Amino acid sequence: MEVQFRLNGKQVTVEAGGDTILLDVLRNLGCRSVKCGCETTNCGLCTVWIDGKSRLSCSVLAASVEGCEITTLEGVEKEAAAFGAFLADEGAEQCGFCSPGFIMNVLAMFRELKNPSVDEIKEYLSGNLCRCTGYMGQLRAIQKYMQSSQAAKTLEDKESSMEVSA
Amino acid sequence: MRTVNQPVRKVDYKALVTGKAVYTNDLAPSDCLVVKVIRSPHAHALIKEINVNQALAVQGIECILTYKDCPDKRFTMAGQTYPEPSPYDRLILDERVRFVGDAVAIVAGTSEEAVVKAMKLVKVKYEVLEPVLDFRKAKDNPILVHPEENWRSLCPVGADNTRNLCAHEVSAEGNIEAVLKSCDYVVDRVYHTKANQQAMMETFRTYTYMDAYGRLNIVSSTQVPFHIRRILANALDIPKSKVRVIKPRIGGGFGAKQTSVSEVYPALVTWKTGKPAKIVYTREESLTASSPRHEMEMHVRLGADKDGTIRGIDLYTLSNTGAFGEHGPTTVGLSGHKSIPLYGKAEAFRFVYDVVYTHVMSAGAYRGYGATQGIFAVESAVNELAEMLGMDPTVLREKNMVREGQKMPAYYGETANSCALDRCMARAKEMIGWKEKYPCRDMGNGKVRGVGVAMAMQGSGISGVDTASVAIKVNDDGFYSLMIGATDMGTGCDTILAQMAAECLECDMQEIIVHGVDTDSSPYDCGSYASSTTYVTGMAVVKTCEMLRQKICARGAQYLGCSVEEAEFDGQKVTNLGTGESITRAEIGNRVMCSNEEALSASEAFSSPISPPPFMVGMAEVEIDKETGVVEPIDYVAVVDCGTVVNPNLARVQVEGGISQGIGMALYEDVVYSEKGKNYSNSFMQYKIPSRLDVGTIRVEFESSYEPTGPFGAKSIGEIVINTPSPAISNAIQNAVGVIERELPITAEKVYWKMQEKRHM
Amino acid sequence: MTEIAFAPFLMKLERCQDNVGPQEERRSVLLTISNYVKPKTLEEAYELNQARNSRIMGGMMWLRLGNARVKTIIDLSGLGLDQIEETAHVFRIGAMCTLRQLEECEGLKEMYGEGIAEAVRHIVGVQFRNQATVGGSIYGRYGFSDVLTALLALDTFVELYDGGTIRLSEFVNRKKDKDILVSIIIRKSKRKFHYESVRQTKTDFPVLACAVVTGIVNGQESWYFSIGARPMKAALLEKQWKVPKDADDEQLEQLARQAAEEFDYGSNMRGSAAYRRHLAEVLIRRAMRAVLSED
Repeated sequence: MEVQFRLNGKQVTVEAGGDTILLDVLRNLGCRSVKCGCETTNCGLCTVWIDGKSRLSCSVLAASVEGCEITTLEGVEKEAAAFGAFLADEGAEQCGFCSPGFIMNVLAMFRELKNPSVDEIKEYLSGNLCRCTGYMGQLRAIQKYMQSSQAAKTLEDKESSMEVSA
Repeated sequence: MRTVNQPVRKVDYKALVTGKAVYTNDLAPSDCLVVKVIRSPHAHALIKEINVNQALAVQGIECILTYKDCPDKRFTMAGQTYPEPSPYDRLILDERVRFVGDAVAIVAGTSEEAVVKAMKLVKVKYEVLEPVLDFRKAKDNPILVHPEENWRSLCPVGADNTRNLCAHEVSAEGNIEAVLKSCDYVVDRVYHTKANQQAMMETFRTYTYMDAYGRLNIVSSTQVPFHIRRILANALDIPKSKVRVIKPRIGGGFGAKQTSVSEVYPALVTWKTGKPAKIVYTREESLTASSPRHEMEMHVRLGADKDGTIRGIDLYTLSNTGAFGEHGPTTVGLSGHKSIPLYGKAEAFRFVYDVVYTHVMSAGAYRGYGATQGIFAVESAVNELAEMLGMDPTVLREKNMVREGQKMPAYYGETANSCALDRCMARAKEMIGWKEKYPCRDMGNGKVRGVGVAMAMQGSGISGVDTASVAIKVNDDGFYSLMIGATDMGTGCDTILAQMAAECLECDMQEIIVHGVDTDSSPYDCGSYASSTTYVTGMAVVKTCEMLRQKICARGAQYLGCSVEEAEFDGQKVTNLGTGESITRAEIGNRVMCSNEEALSASEAFSSPISPPPFMVGMAEVEIDKETGVVEPIDYVAVVDCGTVVNPNLARVQVEGGISQGIGMALYEDVVYSEKGKNYSNSFMQYKIPSRLDVGTIRVEFESSYEPTGPFGAKSIGEIVINTPSPAISNAIQNAVGVIERELPITAEKVYWKMQEKRHM
Repeated sequence: MTEIAFAPFLMKLERCQDNVGPQEERRSVLLTISNYVKPKTLEEAYELNQARNSRIMGGMMWLRLGNARVKTIIDLSGLGLDQIEETAHVFRIGAMCTLRQLEECEGLKEMYGEGIAEAVRHIVGVQFRNQATVGGSIYGRYGFSDVLTALLALDTFVELYDGGTIRLSEFVNRKKDKDILVSIIIRKSKRKFHYESVRQTKTDFPVLACAVVTGIVNGQESWYFSIGARPMKAALLEKQWKVPKDADDEQLEQLARQAAEEFDYGSNMRGSAAYRRHLAEVLIRRAMRAVLSED
């Protein structure tokens, strides 16, 4: 059957069987960031956003995303690179294979939670497995990124308030 | 130092964090045949008949290959230097299947659907035979795993297929029996570690194609491209010159990809059909037909005097290599040779081992490579001794640990040229607050927190064997190409080797490009394993840069019209010291591309007669629920002596990652078989690696010694880091609730029953 | 989504016995689905589901792991069943609500505290819970189900398209059929709820799960104990016990033991029956203590 949806802001139409999995469709559409690590919904490597929510594309039928807005890492490349630089500053991208799914869920977390605590961060990301890093470097990267975007935001606020007062 | 010891980003980071198509399956052409393997449902059987007619009729099926299509010449899939210590005991497909999951037939077709459909239609008749599943009963069992005539062992490792023996050895110094007899205390215990999965996020995968020269090209997620070339030539019985291996980015290896797990299947298909082919292992295949850690049972006898002097260590290791002998004869050696030498005062040691074949999945290489198992046993025994003596286990270690300058008889007689183990211990105690926390604190809510300790060592490459060569070329505008055969598997060796080159050549990292591995063009390197890359390949980089500097200087002098003695190269330019006149590296680079008869490049190789051990101390704090036995890791402190730290960020992540894997081994990870040999731990739903909620906090520091034989004083870091969690966590539990579990993983239920036992004693 | 769809896999999960042909267990794309249909009405969905090879699609978490040959998969996501509706008397949880919605539902938190979120938050990860549905979890009646264990302890009903509204405790033991689970209804009443579980890793299936609820029912103090992952599916025990707020440890221990003894336990790779029995006692006692110490 024919399925239409928006992928990273662009309208796409694909031919999908009843059992075609979204993961395969996205990879075939060139979104090679989307990886499969386990087939049993345990690893988080295949994380994409469907209508803004983190989901496991390995378990989503392509047919069911008709009319949905789908975002992969390719669709948030700038933000991924900005956060990714913090990850790299900790050496915590390591093999990189889990990075796309991990970063997608990190960015989803930033949209959903305001200033999450360490415990909240760990819990939100618990479905993203990583075998290389032991998770500590990823946590440091998130914390430093939050600090820096907080700082940038404060600066922005300050500047805009100065504009107002001027 | 400008570049070495700096926390520079990995050279490939940008592609990785933006999800670029850089891994094997991202690169495979879309017209590859899909290859899948039909696997045995029986632990031990003979194939009586395979009927493929119906399956071949499925539209899109290209070929179905059985043992009849494979050369009857045995080989090993172990990625080791020739002649491999691992026996030649495999065929690509065999008439005899030896574990549930063993390869029975290869199906290749134009789509996954077609292949899956065909797989269901292949009819196999088996003569089911009784398997040997208990590794304690394997030696001299009348049921043989490898009865075949053409089984052979290339090295004198004590292998004997008529006894189910993959290896056997005895090594000793001093009279262990006499020493133990004269000791005040002897700890006599048996420890058991299970098979563990490396569980790298990228499963095994390979694609293959024929090139314009009629050669078989293999693109594979592997740690050992040059060994893969030989293994495939052996497996297919074709000349090595016919094989080319390319390694793209790898999604983790941890030793799993030091075995040629997936390459033979698409290679055979491409060789037979001339068509490109690829295989992508499912997670299930990666967990049931791969190369996990060797299960080992270790009997330790540890003798000490009243004052805590450890005088003798006797270790017998029984190792389960499974259906095939990959890495069987070598992993086991580390269980003794990298645990016993931690104790410098022992007057005598003995180390005996047997490695046996059984009808379970073949084992392989996993970070730590036997040392992990041995260190769990010996360090746990030392912790039991501490309890026997009523002595703080850190004090007992301070009394006995190996010190810089000491000879290590059980470590092939090498001397510890660089060893900061004492400083590691002191720092770890400070970091965790050992004085305040040892042995335990009752938290008042039914929970108790204990602390535990363990030490570890590893090597830096395989002495007298591992060989790395490096080539560097000077290009136009003077940028360098660094050609290495070492394989970056995410760990960052492309980066740290470039850091070393930049340091030696006094240039920026940006001026060096690193080339991934291609056996056609990369200089030979045995590959990334045995903690060899930083030390062995690193030294090859240093040697190559030294040679290249001389050549650049000479060429500059020639262009400047002066003698080499009058010229000096400072990384950017060659200066005639007499006149002050100079020529930049960029100009030299451009000039050698015009009317030049001698390439401006250097290539050197390195191999080391010794393998300097890194050392470390790990301390764990765990919280135990006294009613349920649930163990929660709270804090883990690691202080590591890896010599000079080449890249502090990458080294730290190595440590944190290794410790987290070690925590998995200690508490959660288990490969469980049914009574018939079926592997239940066949998914991430059943084989539980730690999530970020399961490791507590991991804190790492470095106490660097200076290794005089290493690049900039560096030793290895990759493997040692997995060795301390099992014994340290076990010790923390021991110190918290007074029970000792000698079989991994230490689950809540095991702790609970032990506590019950103790209560009723 | 009948049992057949995931039978081999779940047998493995729940009993870990060698009772499944290994060939069938090679799970590389074994689930096949010919047609995907997103009906416009429940009636249409029900009609479609009457065919032998039809399946209702939940979150696709478990169905995908099976090896069913599905002719028609029926997606209920166009039927507005993805809301948690709160009225004066009930919470009506649409079958297609995700576990994440259940976890974050403010109304449930106000009524029963953090217990329901606690029951759900260990399940794999946020992405999984954004996808797995409450309907799928309940309909499947899985042994390992935290959701079932939790909801069973409350005054919960299931609304079936054809079978009407019945108690969850009755539904749990009913044979699977071709009916459609439309919603889960929790009847509001002042009850205290507490959830406990023991797991090997934090996001694993439970070794044992336990929900304890207490409140005044028909003028009597009543206690409800639901034990899941025994490893058999959750079962419910009801007791008319008067437990003083300041009951001492010994009293609670005795009651917990009594409650725990009324359940059956089994062994699998996550734990033995004997250990589970012990855990049930400990977790029941802790949960009782927790609800007693609530205001």
